[in-house]
Amino acid sequence: MNLSSTNVEGPGTVRPAVGKRSTKRNTSAVRARKLAPFAFVSPTLALITLLTVVPILMVAGYSFMDNVIVEPNPVFVGFANYVKVLTDPAFLAALGNTFLFITFSTVVHLVLGLVFALLLNTSLLGNVTKAIFRVVYILPWLFTIAVIAVVWRLMLDPSGVVNYILGTFGIQGANWLSTPETALGSVTFINIWSGYPFFMISLLAALQGVPTVLHEAARVDGAGWWQRFRYVTLPHIRPVIISMAVLDLIWTSQQFALIWMTTGGGPLNATEVMSTYTYKQAFSNFDFSTASAAAVIVLLLTMVLAFFYVRQQRVRD
Amino acid sequence: MSTRRGRRPRLLAALGVTAVAALTMSGCSGSPSGGASATGDVTLEFAQWWEPELPQGSLANLIDQFQKANPHIKVKLLSSPFSSDQQQMVADAASGQLPDVLGLDGAWVSDFAKQGAIADLSPLLKADNFSEDQLASEVKVNGKAYMIPAVNFVYPLFVNNDLLKQAGVNKVPTTRSEFLDAAKKISALGGNVKGWALPLDTAVPNGIQNDVMSWVWASGGSMLKDGEPDVTNAQVKSGVDYVKSLYDANVLVPGALTMKEQDKVEKFTNGQVGMVIDSLAHINLIKKNNPKLDFTVAAVPSEDGYTGKRGIPYASWGVGISNKSEHKAEAAKLVEFLMSKDTNAQLSNLANGFPGNKTATPDFSKSDPLFKTAFDIYQAGYPANEFTGLPKADQLQRTFDEQLQRTLTGSQSVDQTLSSVQSAWKSIF
Repeated sequence: MNLSSTNVEGPGTVRPAVGKRSTKRNTSAVRARKLAPFAFVSPTLALITLLTVVPILMVAGYSFMDNVIVEPNPVFVGFANYVKVLTDPAFLAALGNTFLFITFSTVVHLVLGLVFALLLNTSLLGNVTKAIFRVVYILPWLFTIAVIAVVWRLMLDPSGVVNYILGTFGIQGANWLSTPETALGSVTFINIWSGYPFFMISLLAALQGVPTVLHEAARVDGAGWWQRFRYVTLPHIRPVIISMAVLDLIWTSQQFALIWMTTGGGPLNATEVMSTYTYKQAFSNFDFSTASAAAVIVLLLTMVLAFFYVRQQRVRD
Repeated sequence: MSTRRGRRPRLLAALGVTAVAALTMSGCSGSPSGGASATGDVTLEFAQWWEPELPQGSLANLIDQFQKANPHIKVKLLSSPFSSDQQQMVADAASGQLPDVLGLDGAWVSDFAKQGAIADLSPLLKADNFSEDQLASEVKVNGKAYMIPAVNFVYPLFVNNDLLKQAGVNKVPTTRSEFLDAAKKISALGGNVKGWALPLDTAVPNGIQNDVMSWVWASGGSMLKDGEPDVTNAQVKSGVDYVKSLYDANVLVPGALTMKEQDKVEKFTNGQVGMVIDSLAHINLIKKNNPKLDFTVAAVPSEDGYTGKRGIPYASWGVGISNKSEHKAEAAKLVEFLMSKDTNAQLSNLANGFPGNKTATPDFSKSDPLFKTAFDIYQAGYPANEFTGLPKADQLQRTFDEQLQRTLTGSQSVDQTLSSVQSAWKSIF
């Protein structure tokens, strides 16, 4: 341990030369102590800066320039790209489609996930039966998006399995993915199918954390199933529900691969969402400035959701 | 003392980790592609989508031949699927990291050339005394050759002979009237069988060039005039009117608006559609997946009474050189090797395409007889793909696709579609 001369020898002792040296040492020790935490986090900071901050700033910068990347000397155009994007009917349609897509997906994810979690948490079924159902229910989550897209394209093909089954009941099938009226609903359905297991597993874990003693006490007090669910279960799992819902809104708003591989944003832009719109601007139109402006708008909208998520987490902590 | 001494190494270690991370990151950004070693050897990077589509190891064998002939040049193959190749190249071009030699599609050339990402090939080939006269074609922008089509794949009409026979059609249709009649008769067979398939998925909108404009080109039509858009002319209108008439006659496989090219091939392979316009490269795939399928290839039907030469749509495996390459001379040697008479013939045979070198003769002795038939069709007509070399060719097709979908679903007339396409294209040109 490095002891200071002042503390050991008392205030009356004067040793100016040594004292100066020791003060210098003290100062550098304090500085080192202060810097140490920054040094420890610096690798992470460097990575975050290089992999997240720099790309975001570059894209934000691009959004204020004209013809970036494809032109060697792009010029500053202010908010022109934002005006162009926000007045583009295709972007506004994509915004509306995105809103419908993420809202329905999240709500149904939540309801389905909760229902299946309650079923798997019931004491009415044996452990083996529950394990089998758990495996079956979680299956959609195990497939990659590419497989999901291919499987559902085949299933929803006009001459595919779904229409065949409907036909056996005398119901006329539809061109699910290629008719503007049904396309958005169909891709939303596929997204719901592929994503509900994550809700289910998270909510099941939350349900298993609800103390059974509370249910028993409520039962003794004469509470029915609904009252026990409403006043005991729901308050306990509410933080998980809110966290999952906000995260799902963020994730679903970024869904690209599923839509690209099933409908490509068509037919007639019926399934165009912000991610496919941005992609087309960049890699089909080579208009990276407009794409950057669209990407920044998506980022800002997502940040609103992220803000609520962080706030909810803080309240929870 | 021990506390401070203990802290210093930790501090240094943390800073060291940061430095390593920073160096690693800077290492990731790398230097421009390719490189020369101390011994004078040059390593070229060759990015293409060809390798995954060729028989395993065959492209590597050709490259081995090149390396034996040019011991100081090493070639590193960078292979990726066609679908991701363009995006990869756009990103590489933006960062100035394009590989030395590039597999190119004609639709990308204009944008890369305007970006200054690819090099004018003529001076490089001239410097090596490579005669451009032997090349079947070159893709030029503003008079400069940026891409050489190494292998050409034509898109003839594929016809399911069994379905044609069952429908009571005695000969393969050669005119639009005959085609409509045959499509109607095949569709009348029922059981999910239709006469024709039209893939109009907007994610990859090449259905416009392969399945829509092919009707126009087969009758000698054009969508350009003096290099500018001219889609409102009578020939294009006639072609689009005809496609609309096929749609209205309900002879198309349902789901056209989001159908992909692979869906079309799959449905033809499964005998669910009687006729499709498809790449010759798919012959082997179709035969592999359904060896019992009896089918033939023919020229795309033309307008009734048309007697001129027929344009036949084609796609190419093109080759170009990065403008940022530090080894353009060596890169040119690889291009020359790929375009030389013998290598080009070998490459074409492996790819089931037609050679980009006029003097190279395809060897049909080991290939399917349908390739010979297709070669005869190819020679009787002329290769036609007006999207090659146009700016934002993908976007041009997507615009056409979206407008055509409106016409097919009845929300606007053919004339409205064509005038919308014309004004949209004008703004892109």
